[in-house]
Amino acid sequence: MASFFSNKDRAAAAAAAANGATSSKTVAPRENQALQPWVEKYRPRTLKDVTAQDHTTTVLQRTLQASNLPHMLFYGPPGTGKTSTILALAKELFGPEMFKSRVLELNASDERGISIVREKVKDFARMQLSNPPPHYKDRHPCPPYKIIILDEADSMTQDAQSALRRTMETYSKITRFCLICNYVTRIIDPLASRCSKFRFKTLDQGNAKKRLEHIAQTENAKLEEGAVDTLIKCSEGDLRKAITFLQSAARLVGAVKVSQAKTNGHSKKKVIEDDDDDPMDIDGGDSSMVTIRSIEEIAGVIPMSIVSGLVQAMQPKARGVVYEAVAERVTDMIADGWSATQVVTQLYQEIIFNDTISNKQKGKIVMIFSEVDKRLVDGADEHLTVLDLILRISSILAES
Amino acid sequence: MALLVDKYRPRSLETLTYHADLSERLRSLAQSGDFPHLLVYGPSGAGKKTRIVTTLRELYGPGVEKIKIDSRIFQTTSNRKLEFNIVSSVYHLEITPSDVGNFDRVVVQDLLKEVAQTQQVDQAARQRFKVVVINEADHLSRDAQAALRRTMEKYSPNLRLILLANSTANIIAPIRSRTLLVRVAAPTHDDICKVLQKVGKAEGWAEAEGLNRRIARDSGRNLRRALLMFESVHAQNETVTDKTPIPPPDWEALIAQIADDIMIEHTPAQILIVRAKLYDLLSHCIPPSTILKTLTFKLIPKIDDALKGDVIKWSAFYEHRIRTGSVSSWMPGRGMWS
Repeated sequence: MASFFSNKDRAAAAAAAANGATSSKTVAPRENQALQPWVEKYRPRTLKDVTAQDHTTTVLQRTLQASNLPHMLFYGPPGTGKTSTILALAKELFGPEMFKSRVLELNASDERGISIVREKVKDFARMQLSNPPPHYKDRHPCPPYKIIILDEADSMTQDAQSALRRTMETYSKITRFCLICNYVTRIIDPLASRCSKFRFKTLDQGNAKKRLEHIAQTENAKLEEGAVDTLIKCSEGDLRKAITFLQSAARLVGAVKVSQAKTNGHSKKKVIEDDDDDPMDIDGGDSSMVTIRSIEEIAGVIPMSIVSGLVQAMQPKARGVVYEAVAERVTDMIADGWSATQVVTQLYQEIIFNDTISNKQKGKIVMIFSEVDKRLVDGADEHLTVLDLILRISSILAES
Repeated sequence: MALLVDKYRPRSLETLTYHADLSERLRSLAQSGDFPHLLVYGPSGAGKKTRIVTTLRELYGPGVEKIKIDSRIFQTTSNRKLEFNIVSSVYHLEITPSDVGNFDRVVVQDLLKEVAQTQQVDQAARQRFKVVVINEADHLSRDAQAALRRTMEKYSPNLRLILLANSTANIIAPIRSRTLLVRVAAPTHDDICKVLQKVGKAEGWAEAEGLNRRIARDSGRNLRRALLMFESVHAQNETVTDKTPIPPPDWEALIAQIADDIMIEHTPAQILIVRAKLYDLLSHCIPPSTILKTLTFKLIPKIDDALKGDVIKWSAFYEHRIRTGSVSSWMPGRGMWS
């Protein structure tokens, strides 16, 4: 068949077949889909849909054609599409029918101690390949190997990782491994050297923006000017986070509309009352607009006024005065429930880009930031830690 | 007789007194049909739990209030048996995985999967999913949190999680990116006063505006504590006026005493006295970090301005030590201050 090596033709053939045979089947999942998180709903179905990771996807596209695949190690920050990429690739390779028998997906929610690696993974790796049904190959390449996806591999123990080493080599004829992790340093060297590594970089603005706008359009969510930029800024390159924020924000405005319609009679007055003290939920007449403020609120960003007030308070004065002012603000901030990590991050931004502080001082201040961050991660008391951070910064500022 | 705190706990979203916008938002989420995973955070006594219970009621109707407690046995890989208590209704489960310490991963994996893989059988149920409320999510170990990650995505048709935490610092980033963050701020002094007034009226107690105000200030914007203080004041005095003293808890009084002791004299002998009192506190199961924090804030007003920075510095330092290491390691710190 001439079109065998062209993915497009194959996809078209698959679509044609699916239309005929399974049109009745598609009705049931559709209903379910409305309730799915958008993150799942818009997970890329094919490699082409994967946003922004051009380098990786071109390499993988080629493997689609060549029907050979190395062992792979995907690493990169959360929300950059690692899991999506491998799932999309596996789906394209094997198609829906063979997917179950050819792909084993294990993640941290499954027990993954050494015994599992020895039994489950080894058994699956050892299993002989089943033949695809006739004509199935026209639609999907079905290369002669299975894929084992070890998601979140950095939470596997050292022992379990070592147990994988020889397994990977012995069964390499019929099995490929794909390890996915956030921190490549947590994967032991012998494993890393057996895989070809793909680094997933944080999404750049343009791509993320396009994706978010596409989703917003499909879901009929109206966005305020600049809302997408705020989404991207708040999510720091994590597309999943951005989509979750977008969905939550859209849900808020969308749902308010529903409840207004449903309970028109008795609670209309209440809704209007809420309108007054909470303008970010429902903006006057244009009720289904996702505003910048609502996104920031969902993302837990501290309003600029609070942060700059804090910076004001820690400017050098007589020592005791600094303490009183700072202590009061910190107490309020903690009681308001702002998370200390968020305080630290935003304060850090504020100080690093402040030109009035000399480089030497900045160096010292950054040292304190790193120490405080460690303490917070260890679970130290937020109130004391933040207070300590600010007083120490203020004493450094006073040095000059 | 139930405590005031429980007696007047709001049962539905409408009766929540403060943060009206937040209640409204929760309601719209509950009614929209696609309820997200939630991560609710805020200081203690701000009403996180109350909000969640009322939201659940909004989701499922009064059925969620019929709760039962079962005890389940889990088995770890090393064949140790763990007993674990689950509070559940037909629609939701409530667990505190940090009860079982390091084995919380096993519980999270087994239990959540079990819940996630069973579908809602009751056709009349309002939602197709079950809700699992995880208390003290910030005490979950890294492993347990990692185990949550994929479960949250994979089983989302059958399962929604609500995590309750005091701060988001200990929640790993992948979880944060999968949940909707809900911040519950502590009530302001005015909010607390209003609540106290309302409760006082319902109980038929004479009102003392000034007393309410003082309680609000002393409670540190913690409504639960304010209500308990309110009740104890009224329990101890027949008639209350604006000047009725608020009895502080015993341990707080003792810590205030320690602070005084530290200031009197800086000698080795004095350290021994302080030490004895500290051990007394510890043996009464007062958490060391609470002691340290209270002591610090009791000391601050008594010392020179120049020393305040140092005191905070060392107390933050030793507080961190407490978390990572042994309890008494901060004893030497006390000596350094004096």
